[in-house]
Amino acid sequence: MKEYFVKYMLMAFALSSLFFLFLIFIFILFEGLPLFHKAGLKHIILGSKWAPTKGSFGIFPMIISSFLVTFGALIIGGPMGLSCAIYLSEYSGKRMKMFLKPALELLAGIPSVVYGFLGVVYIVPLVRDYFGGPGFSLLSTSLILGVMILPTVISISFDALMSVPKTYREGSLAMGATKWQTIYKVVVPSAKSGILASFILGMGRAIGETMAVIMVAGNALRTPLSILDPLRTLTSNIALELAYASGDHRLGLFSTGVVLLIIIMILNYIANFGIKKGS
Amino acid sequence: MRIKPRIVDVFVRISLNLQAFFTVGILAVIVAIIFIKGSPYINLEFIISSPQDMGRHGGIFSTIVGTILLVLLSIFLATPLGVGTAIFLTEYTKESVFTKVIRFGVESLAGIPSILFGLFGFIFFVTKLKMGWSLLAGVLTTTIMILPTIIRTSEEAIKAVPRSLRIVSYSLSATKWETVKKVVLPSAAPGILTGVMLSVGRAVGETAAIIFTMGSSLRMPLSLMDSGRTMAVHFYILAREGISMENAYATALILVLSILSINILAYYIMNRVISKFS
Amino acid sequence: MSKAAFFIFLSFVTLLSSCSINDNSEIAKKKHTITIAGSTSVMPFVEKLSEHFMVDNPNIIVNVQSGGSTAGIQACFNKTIDIGMSSRELKEEERALKEILICYDGISIVVHPKNPIKDLPLTKIRAIFSGKIKNWKELGWIDRKIDAITREEGSGTRGAFEELVMKNEEIDDAIMVQDSNGSVKEIVATDPYAIGYISLGLVDERVKGLAIDGIHANIQNITSRRYKIVRPFLFLTNGAPKEHVQTFIDFVLSKQGQDILRKEGLVGVR
Repeated sequence: MKEYFVKYMLMAFALSSLFFLFLIFIFILFEGLPLFHKAGLKHIILGSKWAPTKGSFGIFPMIISSFLVTFGALIIGGPMGLSCAIYLSEYSGKRMKMFLKPALELLAGIPSVVYGFLGVVYIVPLVRDYFGGPGFSLLSTSLILGVMILPTVISISFDALMSVPKTYREGSLAMGATKWQTIYKVVVPSAKSGILASFILGMGRAIGETMAVIMVAGNALRTPLSILDPLRTLTSNIALELAYASGDHRLGLFSTGVVLLIIIMILNYIANFGIKKGS
Repeated sequence: MRIKPRIVDVFVRISLNLQAFFTVGILAVIVAIIFIKGSPYINLEFIISSPQDMGRHGGIFSTIVGTILLVLLSIFLATPLGVGTAIFLTEYTKESVFTKVIRFGVESLAGIPSILFGLFGFIFFVTKLKMGWSLLAGVLTTTIMILPTIIRTSEEAIKAVPRSLRIVSYSLSATKWETVKKVVLPSAAPGILTGVMLSVGRAVGETAAIIFTMGSSLRMPLSLMDSGRTMAVHFYILAREGISMENAYATALILVLSILSINILAYYIMNRVISKFS
Repeated sequence: MSKAAFFIFLSFVTLLSSCSINDNSEIAKKKHTITIAGSTSVMPFVEKLSEHFMVDNPNIIVNVQSGGSTAGIQACFNKTIDIGMSSRELKEEERALKEILICYDGISIVVHPKNPIKDLPLTKIRAIFSGKIKNWKELGWIDRKIDAITREEGSGTRGAFEELVMKNEEIDDAIMVQDSNGSVKEIVATDPYAIGYISLGLVDERVKGLAIDGIHANIQNITSRRYKIVRPFLFLTNGAPKEHVQTFIDFVLSKQGQDILRKEGLVGVR
């Protein structure tokens, strides 16, 4: 009897995550979708003008900007993260690994507001003085986000590299390949899907980051024309205006949330299921 | 001209070495900046007195209390739920469509950015359930946010418990629940603790989800329905609005030090567990 | 073990909720709480007022939250707060609330102290924010793009700026947006080429306030109505306020309260 009770209680616990996910979806969609109906999907997704108190809800520049900072972050954090992962799995000794791996993971523990703040104090003036523009820009945001996604890229690529069987490496080395040739031609290709997953999860992290982005992006509404222009992402649009918004303006922010949620779900799905199944 | 593979090899080794240390260097520089700029302003007075004049003067006591209350209550709710889920997934079911669906839920929840948790908490807890900006709304939102971390790490920890221990327990005619309770959970406890501590670290550093649910009142929260401010939110407001750079750096130092020490302790426990089982 | 944990958990929750309820009823006997929310521009000043007020009235706790003028007005309608703060005039449909004018605030156009420009006509400021003037050269300074900063949609300060400066023109969408007076000021204080607008009360030596059409933004010029970019700071109540809420409002309107506001660079109503 007790066993029975325990089993169903645990099952209820397990279902809670699903329930919460469902709640989040329902409430964000519930608040966000009516405006799609009212203002029109095309007007919101492809509209380039955001003046929610005057009836314009276009978030196209923010969608573009979100992807721009995400790719920017990936260009900076992707290769560097992969290099670190390769170093950790292939080159570093056991002792080194024991020190480096936790140290790199600690980067994930630094709160995003601290990254944003240091970005404002050090990166933004640097960009302003040496490259021009206001400093609050696509470039500064990409740099900060690039560092922020490093721990995600490193730890997942590392796991993927470590799961490549030792025999692959031994076989290649035995055939006279150098260590780098082995890594380049054998190890990395075998871990390809895991590395790809790490990049996509890194993208998910970058596209969802809010506070650091608000602080360094400048939040201008126009699509940036150069890497030195300020820009506004989907996340910062929500956080900037949520506290003030009422009526249709608030609904507009929830519509922004719906678009963000859909993008994130697609990325997560690709990273967790699409890629792993392919390998 | 072809460069000799051996030379490439040396070059690659040096380059990778540099990149790895550069990355660790970023961490070191961040901690160093915060430490150098923040430590002159930290003293007992700063920790035990509450902010005055929007945080321009005084300390951060009320925000420390706000942070501790938020984190402890969230952990209290999320740990039974998370560990329960992990036990169910590992001990009570075989892999099936059902577990796949639950795992999908957990993975999806883990990928949702904190601003969306904030948006949800704001519309559901704060507005629809009429909690207002309150500790309670903050706690419930944070609970949902940290749940996936606790589930994943607990699952790993439970899976790492050797089969043989379970078999021994069953052979002594223990029931499934007794086995879980007396054998599996105690062995998995350090691993579970690691997950809980990593979640604590995440909750302490969170801003976006909390500012829209718990609000940002500087008063000490005295009940679940009071609004309050965590250290991270306080730091964000101090730094962003330029209220006081000295206090901002000092708050950042306490914030970063507490998160790093929690995380280091968590990794330490995890390493002990790994070396114990392998 | 888990049963025990569950019990501890339950008792903890009940303890917490019961003690909070007890707390509240205890407070209800001896202490009153006033919840105030709304405009981020008004908030710092009310926070200051409340600190002084609580020294003299230890039995009343004043809880000040930001959230924005519009949010404050909404919350006031829902009666979730005692007093709403607004830094803009109420719209037609919001007039049901009771307005209490606590002071006036000038909006100052600010630039970096290094910027040599001291005075601009209103029309040039409008041209900067509508994107027609993009370079400092057009205003007689160096050849460098202007880094203009505005406030976000829905902000009371932006509302007042749009009404008093922009008139019928729109703010250009290439201009940077920040969500508080403080963060606008931070950027202007650190970027030599920036221009923004903030509460007169927040102007200090880190930024330079511009004169508009030769008239400086200061208390004399606001009192004599020569400086035109001025908006009211309002308290809003839904119906007649409770006794302890009225005590606080009276304090704000008293000489002591108004003096505190004046010291912060605002223009009193007494």
